Amino acid sequence: MKSIRRDTFFTRLLSDYGMLLVLVLLCVLFSLLTITEQTSTGKAGAHLLFEQISKEPPSDGRILIVAGSSGPEKEFASSLHRLLESAGYRLGELVGDPMQLRARIAEEVSGPPIAFVATTDVTRAVVENFRDIPAIADAKILTPPRRNWPTFLLADNLRNVANQITVIAIIAIGMTMVIITAGIDLSVGSLIALSAVVVAWVAGALGGTDISTLGILIAALAALVVCGLTGAFSGLMITAFKIPPFIATLAMMQVAAGVAYIISKGKPIYQLPDRFVWLGRGTEPLLDMPIAVILMLLFYLVAWIVMERSVLGRYIYAVGGNPEAARLAGIRVKRVLLFVYASCGLLAGLGGIIMASQLKSGAPTYGLSYELYVIAAVVVGGTSLSGGEGKIIGTLIGAFVIGVIQNGMNLTNIETYTQKVVLGLVILAAVLFDRLKQKGLTRRLRSSRPDSDDKEVH
Amino acid sequence: MLLKVSGLRKAFPGVQAIEDGSLELRAGEIHALVGENGAGKSTLIKILTGVHAPDEGTVVVAGETRRYASPIEAHRDGIVAIYQEFTLIPTLSIAANLFLGRERTRLGALQFRSEFDLANRVLARLGLALHPDTRVSSLSISEQQLVEIARALLVDARILIMDEPTAALTPREVVKLFGILRELSAQGIGILFISHRLNEVLEIADRITVMRDGVTISTRSAAGMSRRTLIELMVGRSLDDEFPKGSSEPGPVRLEVKALTGGKVREISFSARAGEIIGFAGLMGAGRTEMACLVFGADGKESGEVILDGRPLPIAGPHDAIQSGICLLTEDRKRQGLVLCASAKDNFAISSLSHWSRFGLLNLSTESERFEEHRKALAIKLVSPRQRAESLSGGNQQKLLVARWLEVDSKVIIFDEPTRGIDVGAKYEMYLLIRRLAAQGKVIILISSELPEILGMSDRILVMRAGRISGEITDVSSATQEQIMAMAV
Repeated sequence: MKSIRRDTFFTRLLSDYGMLLVLVLLCVLFSLLTITEQTSTGKAGAHLLFEQISKEPPSDGRILIVAGSSGPEKEFASSLHRLLESAGYRLGELVGDPMQLRARIAEEVSGPPIAFVATTDVTRAVVENFRDIPAIADAKILTPPRRNWPTFLLADNLRNVANQITVIAIIAIGMTMVIITAGIDLSVGSLIALSAVVVAWVAGALGGTDISTLGILIAALAALVVCGLTGAFSGLMITAFKIPPFIATLAMMQVAAGVAYIISKGKPIYQLPDRFVWLGRGTEPLLDMPIAVILMLLFYLVAWIVMERSVLGRYIYAVGGNPEAARLAGIRVKRVLLFVYASCGLLAGLGGIIMASQLKSGAPTYGLSYELYVIAAVVVGGTSLSGGEGKIIGTLIGAFVIGVIQNGMNLTNIETYTQKVVLGLVILAAVLFDRLKQKGLTRRLRSSRPDSDDKEVH
Repeated sequence: MLLKVSGLRKAFPGVQAIEDGSLELRAGEIHALVGENGAGKSTLIKILTGVHAPDEGTVVVAGETRRYASPIEAHRDGIVAIYQEFTLIPTLSIAANLFLGRERTRLGALQFRSEFDLANRVLARLGLALHPDTRVSSLSISEQQLVEIARALLVDARILIMDEPTAALTPREVVKLFGILRELSAQGIGILFISHRLNEVLEIADRITVMRDGVTISTRSAAGMSRRTLIELMVGRSLDDEFPKGSSEPGPVRLEVKALTGGKVREISFSARAGEIIGFAGLMGAGRTEMACLVFGADGKESGEVILDGRPLPIAGPHDAIQSGICLLTEDRKRQGLVLCASAKDNFAISSLSHWSRFGLLNLSTESERFEEHRKALAIKLVSPRQRAESLSGGNQQKLLVARWLEVDSKVIIFDEPTRGIDVGAKYEMYLLIRRLAAQGKVIILISSELPEILGMSDRILVMRAGRISGEITDVSSATQEQIMAMAV
């Protein structure tokens, strides 16, 4: 025992979550690649424009705020209104689509002359068209100053990335557990389709577009039950009949896909109420975050507690590390496996509901080859396919890595086929990284064992 | 002189594996290399076979100084090593394995006829009546070992190195192997033999070299050497007693096994008192491990009863057995005991998690406290509780598993070959621990193939043969190994 190296916080962080570093580097890369001149709108635009006006206030006359009818435009108008009003300017505010705006501007003849028209880059062209209206013929048109900023880092885009990976990330929780038990679940892609079809079909049967909230809940519950049971069935085949997980779930993948086609008769089901998109497209007003993303984060919190802080989590790791030893240590291995496959099915069902909500329909084509993306997220997140090892937060990072790469390549106009090549190489690199890390780890352990057993020194 | 090694030094990051290694091997001799784990035996062998290059020192093979850069070079000089883990490919035939990498071909086509002829000749030389076309996976361990030896003979090995060759063999197979080794040595092959089984070493070896802490301590003729001197040379101190004495008086009957039947095991009945150590002796395959698995619920029983403290136990699986206080330390630590990739602490805690948790959530601080307590009490050596179980030495792995069973409040602990593959020093510690557990009133069932261990530790000995109990020895102090063997065969 000559040298003992203790893990410092950072080496541990790096070995546990090395992918986090990769994720950060990717974000930096895509940020640098997508720096462009950005036009501003919304609250930020209002602030920028307010600063500009404060520097050169109008000598006389009113400021007319003109904005379009979209969300950010309205926000721009109301924010700027508040700012200018508290600074004591005389104001007018017009919000609406171009036709409405023209009519309203024409009405603005009364009152003091208009010195400035404050608008956004989006609405500017519209306003320029209204130059023939006498009221604003001589007014100066002001827009928020442009600035250089990465498109990748725009709040909208980041929200977009998070939204795109929710389905993959949520299912990847279940897949991580399955892979930690040294198994695999190939059926999750088909379960997305099955779940989406079941939720839409049941919702249709309960009233379609006129369905009550309770009806929607029942439809969602039905989809979850169906998928959970499918997962449990795979688990039963694997535990009771010792069918390899690859085969059992491959079979269920076919069965679930087939059933989804049978139920939907091969066509998408559209009769869903507008409220149905709440889960997939809605945002939570307080945190200004998509509902689905919040749900995803909540699930990761629960999953982290289960895997790191619960008895069940320990059992899952033990069963994956050595099923025979786990059994002889008193763990009921079959129950653990059954739970794991049922949860994976259940989470795939939830993924399907979210997807149906995002797309406001249920079709048997949903989730095609999603199992591969989900497995990729888990593997990129550092979970070993040989079982017993892996981290749930690693999987979330893995999902983000995949989401960021896809989003970044979209932003930098890399075509889909090239994207596939890059994604494949990233998965390979992640596994390679994992191997090298493990090699380094065993070497370190060997050199720091307290009473070295020379049999093991290679 | 086939081989002469002197002044050998070899360091690995953090470990001086060999400090001063030397060894001489004569043609036609069987030379045993012994020492505790960590003494440097395996590293020495790996230098001889070209796996590692020495930092210092000379290796002289047949009069020429050699410095091998790869195993292939050593192989070319006729040095062949057979490790515990065989290098055969189980899905291929014997012939395919024998000629792997040296296939006999003509114009790229395999010459089956000539391969078979050669294979038959070499198999016959080893007394192995098998067709060369037999799949290796269908062979027994000892047959596979002989195929490995056959492969060495095919390349005209002059120096045959065998690492723990008897570890997985039955006594009968060991006798057969020794016969073959003697024949080979008579043909002029030098055999270097590494083993932890000192009785076998004394039986087969012409000379014995002892290593300790990376240093070659001495090389002596095996004739006239006693097991005791050998152990003293290995551990470097005089040994007062190989087995600690027990002092406790057995209490009332705690465990009763009635007509337990299942698989190979037929109608086993016995009872055990609190504080009693019951030794189970018998040949390999006599059904001792299977009996333990039935009591523990690891295998399903066909009939019979297990009664603990007067209560019949409904045991459907290991889970139930552990809940009732019956625990099994398995024979194969790595495969059946530990989750190797998990940490030492997790391995310790796995069976008692539910005791500390509330609503299924772990109480990590209690867990650490409990672990620390047992680690101290059992003197388990580790760098950190987070250390992977696979990186611990055999003795410490075993202690870790004992700690696991202490934490679940066990009443009966079945030790299946508890000292297999662990150091002499660690063995003594394990014996002390077993004595201590017995003194606490636990029932100890000790299964062992080492007769001195059974005789030295047990309060009572039960001998098994073909799945049944074939004899009982109550007066252990005057019992002999021959007496046990007579009941076992």
